[in-house]
Amino acid sequence: MEKQSIEQLQNICTQLRRDVLRMVHAVQSGHPGAPLGCAEFFVALYFDQLHHNSDFKMDGKGEDLFFLSNGHLSAGWYSVLSRSGYFPVSELKTFRKLDSRLQGHPATHEHLPGIRIASGSLGQGLSVALGVAQAKKIDKDDHLIYVLMGDGELQEGQVWEAAMYAAHHGVDNLIATIDYNGQQIDGPTEKIMDLKNLKAKWEAFGWEVIETKEGNDMKSVIDGLEKAKSLTGKGKPVLNLLYTEMGFGVDFMVGTHKWHGSPPNDEQLAKALGQLQETLGDY
Amino acid sequence: MSLDLKFTYTEKKDTRSGFGDGFLEAGRRNPNVVGLCADLIGSLKMGDFQKEFPERFFQTGIAEANMIGISAGLAIGGKIPFAGTFANFATGRVYDQIRQSVAYSQKNVKICASHAGLTLGEDGATHQILEDLGMMKMLPHMTVINPCDYNQTKAATLAIAEYEGPVYLRFGRPSWPVFTPADQKFEIGKAWKMIDGKDVTIFATGHLVWEAVVAEAMLRSEGISAEVINIHTIKPLDEEAILESVKKTGCAVSAEEHQLNGGLGDSIAQCLIRNNPAPLEYVGVNDSFGESGTPTQLLEKYGLNAENIVKAAKKALSRK
Repeated sequence: MEKQSIEQLQNICTQLRRDVLRMVHAVQSGHPGAPLGCAEFFVALYFDQLHHNSDFKMDGKGEDLFFLSNGHLSAGWYSVLSRSGYFPVSELKTFRKLDSRLQGHPATHEHLPGIRIASGSLGQGLSVALGVAQAKKIDKDDHLIYVLMGDGELQEGQVWEAAMYAAHHGVDNLIATIDYNGQQIDGPTEKIMDLKNLKAKWEAFGWEVIETKEGNDMKSVIDGLEKAKSLTGKGKPVLNLLYTEMGFGVDFMVGTHKWHGSPPNDEQLAKALGQLQETLGDY
Repeated sequence: MSLDLKFTYTEKKDTRSGFGDGFLEAGRRNPNVVGLCADLIGSLKMGDFQKEFPERFFQTGIAEANMIGISAGLAIGGKIPFAGTFANFATGRVYDQIRQSVAYSQKNVKICASHAGLTLGEDGATHQILEDLGMMKMLPHMTVINPCDYNQTKAATLAIAEYEGPVYLRFGRPSWPVFTPADQKFEIGKAWKMIDGKDVTIFATGHLVWEAVVAEAMLRSEGISAEVINIHTIKPLDEEAILESVKKTGCAVSAEEHQLNGGLGDSIAQCLIRNNPAPLEYVGVNDSFGESGTPTQLLEKYGLNAENIVKAAKKALSRK
């Protein structure tokens, strides 16, 4: 894929945000807040970082692979997958509808290209990513495994089982990113279940930790992922703490948990779309 | 009274050793076979594989949920993971992980569960899972296998390595008669008629297949002809074999080291009720937890031995 400019990548982000809002609005269900906040990450990954082939193969041999552990960001993932050629953009209109490949949470049973495992029940994706990373090591395939988790998701115990395992086994071909937006469905993480010092926690578990402080700035996100990549292959798993704002890109949605699992109504959608220029053409 | 048994044995061995030996052999046959264990390598008899293929074996520590997730990931990467731990921790503790990452996602993961049932013995009820077959058989895409002795467990282990899809393989801890042939062919989903009979059918699985063999001889000594069918695969269930036998005998007994709720007996009852209703008696644990004791003591106390199968068979006969 030809290298895109920062401006081009930003245009894709704007379209992704439009896709997400239109998708959840159409079925009046789903999770708009977090995918709006992760637009830069999704686009940087699929349009700039991943060495991947949109001609989908389940085993992903000879490619970098991405796993979405926080499956409720499905609308954002489906948008970036379709916009990067995994399946027709027009299929986004089937999101969450009967007989669709675009299930409410990602699933493999309808064989949607780009999806390798179901996610939605939180806390499982890092373990899965570790398994694929170790399969790559056995096969002497030096491509990388990426996984995205929510910060609230870190309240699941399995994540810490996986964190301990990754460092013990030196799984250094893996970059885990935390969507560090400080929000979860019932409220701010510090009120619901305080995560305290995440950097210190992951470092104590034996990970190499980098912080991407501007997770909604395309250049910063790319720089962070480049830095993370430069730290792979050195015996330690790599964690990217990505500071984002839930709901970024829409003034009345940003920085609150209120749009975690609520779709906009007709009026709210119109207002939100008014702030996001159609750049690649709506589905 | 000495019994005229149709199957006999010269040695006793644990089924988990059948798994361990089969697993090593599967690893030698196919380089994609890999193993994982949550701090029970000795108990699961996975040590020989680990020693021979250290780069294909992963100690996960006491973290079963993570082990299931890693297994799913290894399967995505084209490996054939065998994940081993006690049956309790391989099912109840990780049900959601198996459901989402393995069964729903149709990953080629082999969940290898030892120390199942009452015959775990002295460790007591915290470890004696009696609900695992039910939980696993409810999951779409899951194949559920419960072999009866060392040889059948080894054969089953080799067979599941060649089968593509999620499998739950259940075996146990105690030293148990080895009464099936070493060179048997294991066909997933195909029941094995071990003894022909005409009055009543005994459908047995796991360790209780041996009890069924003993029960058949006891019944025969009283002039009752029992058919013994080894249901090593709980799911998919060999309904054809079940219906064919019951059509002939007209009544049946199910025998398993498991709760009656959700077990083999439930599956057989569903099959009969839909196709050919006939009297069915159950031998299994009736809605209770186990306790500490020797395997033999526990099978007797909870009504799971040959004498109980004989009683159940007579009751089934009386209802014809």
